[in-house]
Amino acid sequence: MEELGTHIAQATGATSSVRLGELMLETTPDRLIALLTFLRDDPKCLFRQLVDVCGVDWPDRPKRFDVVYNLLSLKNNQRARVKVQTDENTPVPSAASVYSSASWFERETYDLYGVWFADHPDLRRILTDYGFEGHPLRKDFPLTGFVEVWWDDEQKRVVNRPVKLQQEFRRFDFLSPWEGAHYVLPGDEKASDKPLGAPKS
Amino acid sequence: MADVEIKTLTMNFGPQHPAAHGVLRLVVEMDGEIVERCDPHIGLLHRGTEKLIEYKTYLQAVPYFDRLDYVSPMNQEHTFALATEKLLGIQAPERGQYIRVLFAEITRILNHLLNVTTFAMDTGALTPPLWGFEQRELLMEYYEAVSGSRMHAAYFRPGGVHQDLPDGMLDSMEQWIKQFHPFIKDIEDLLNDNRIFRMRTVDIGVCTPEQALDWGFSGPMIRASGLPWDLRKSQPYDVYDRMDFDIPVGKTGDCFARYLVRVEEMRQSARIMEQCVKALRTVKGPVRVDDRKIAPPRRGEMKGSMEALIHHFKLYTEGYKVPAGETYTATEAPKGEFGVYLVSDGTNKPYRCKIRAPGFPHLQALDMMTRGHQLADMSANIGSLDIVFGEIDR
Repeated sequence: MEELGTHIAQATGATSSVRLGELMLETTPDRLIALLTFLRDDPKCLFRQLVDVCGVDWPDRPKRFDVVYNLLSLKNNQRARVKVQTDENTPVPSAASVYSSASWFERETYDLYGVWFADHPDLRRILTDYGFEGHPLRKDFPLTGFVEVWWDDEQKRVVNRPVKLQQEFRRFDFLSPWEGAHYVLPGDEKASDKPLGAPKS
Repeated sequence: MADVEIKTLTMNFGPQHPAAHGVLRLVVEMDGEIVERCDPHIGLLHRGTEKLIEYKTYLQAVPYFDRLDYVSPMNQEHTFALATEKLLGIQAPERGQYIRVLFAEITRILNHLLNVTTFAMDTGALTPPLWGFEQRELLMEYYEAVSGSRMHAAYFRPGGVHQDLPDGMLDSMEQWIKQFHPFIKDIEDLLNDNRIFRMRTVDIGVCTPEQALDWGFSGPMIRASGLPWDLRKSQPYDVYDRMDFDIPVGKTGDCFARYLVRVEEMRQSARIMEQCVKALRTVKGPVRVDDRKIAPPRRGEMKGSMEALIHHFKLYTEGYKVPAGETYTATEAPKGEFGVYLVSDGTNKPYRCKIRAPGFPHLQALDMMTRGHQLADMSANIGSLDIVFGEIDR
């Protein structure tokens, strides 16, 4: 698998790595189409199927979105994953010209994350409601959303109105403060970073 | 003669239509009775499963998978369990793996029974669903016996299955398998040489192998197009590599081939069930990993052991932490390749859980398959796609 990774990396300039037995290739948006075409047609790769396209949101990064393409080669019984980084404004070229199945997957990624796909044949929302605003799978989109549907008795139709929660949204944090939690416990704000019992300078 | 301008008629199909298999809305452009273009509008059943999973621990995420494709719940739990196990670096014990394969095949039969029979209903036959649903009911009793629920089982969990099989279940299953083979024969007698069924399905919605690859087909859809591809054989998981079964492959790639592939798959699933039942009589041992940091203790143990009580409390509140990493794990669900792309950031909740539903690319190809066909063929095509909106809309 690593051999295949270096072969692809040499030909296309992508960086390859193997983790948990899965081949991963990272590239930039401008090289994406060339890479996908190479992966589809190269006799050593023959990744003829685009299985999935999805986004991942990392709000702390300058380029906050990963767009992940999962490929499958039936001939070689091999999977590969291609990753591209982008932000809200930089479009990623659409893979619909290479794989027909990319069209809806990219629509979904656009709908849920707001990633733009250049040259997409039909970039509309797909999963959310008609007239929906926002991109729900972004990490800064609240779980409860902003609007809820409601029957308006005066207008005699269903309308959207700002969401009203009967009870405040509760998010329990069960992470143990002894392991894993990355926050200061209430009351510990003044405690120094030095461990207890460290010699005073 | 003066030029006659032919205007296409735009028609709305669904979302409340018995042949739409749920809440599918199609905007169809028609020239007379011929479909020129169809644009599926999906998302009417969108519940934000992926977003919800990001706010739940790994164990709490399991029941969401039942509710995706609600006619094959356990296969989807299977994928999620395997993906989580891969990130955790654990493996279910042997008996647990056999039970998972057994129930995955039961689920496959459940799914195909529903699809084959309602497909017949879409093309005008009412008897197959009436017969098939009786068998489904018997299988759901096994679901209920192991998990307490007829459909939304939450039975496969990361690390194995929740409980061992109840006494006497294997005998009862043997009986069921015996009566299932003649049943399949009956269904085939009803449909295979049925003139109406053949006229409605043969040469309808033909997909070539190239199209099947290009449009991301999987499962019975790709096999009906003549590509022998099954993840249970090519990338076996759990104990599928020890099972002896055949992969039916279609020749023509039309609706009838897809029907034939599904019927034969049911026979093969019954064969796998037989082998699992036989193996489960000898393979004893635990059904889930014996690691108290991942699998909660038994209720009886909790009554006497303080340690067990602490583990129970911690596992059902905080859950377990999964090492940072990412994986795309796919299994052969009845409808095709069901994949989970799981990203963990090292905490007790998934950072991202993308669900790759097989029906999604299949429905996308409906436009390609239906162009130039009659309107009535569209419902035959939809029936042969085997779509369920729980998984497509998520």
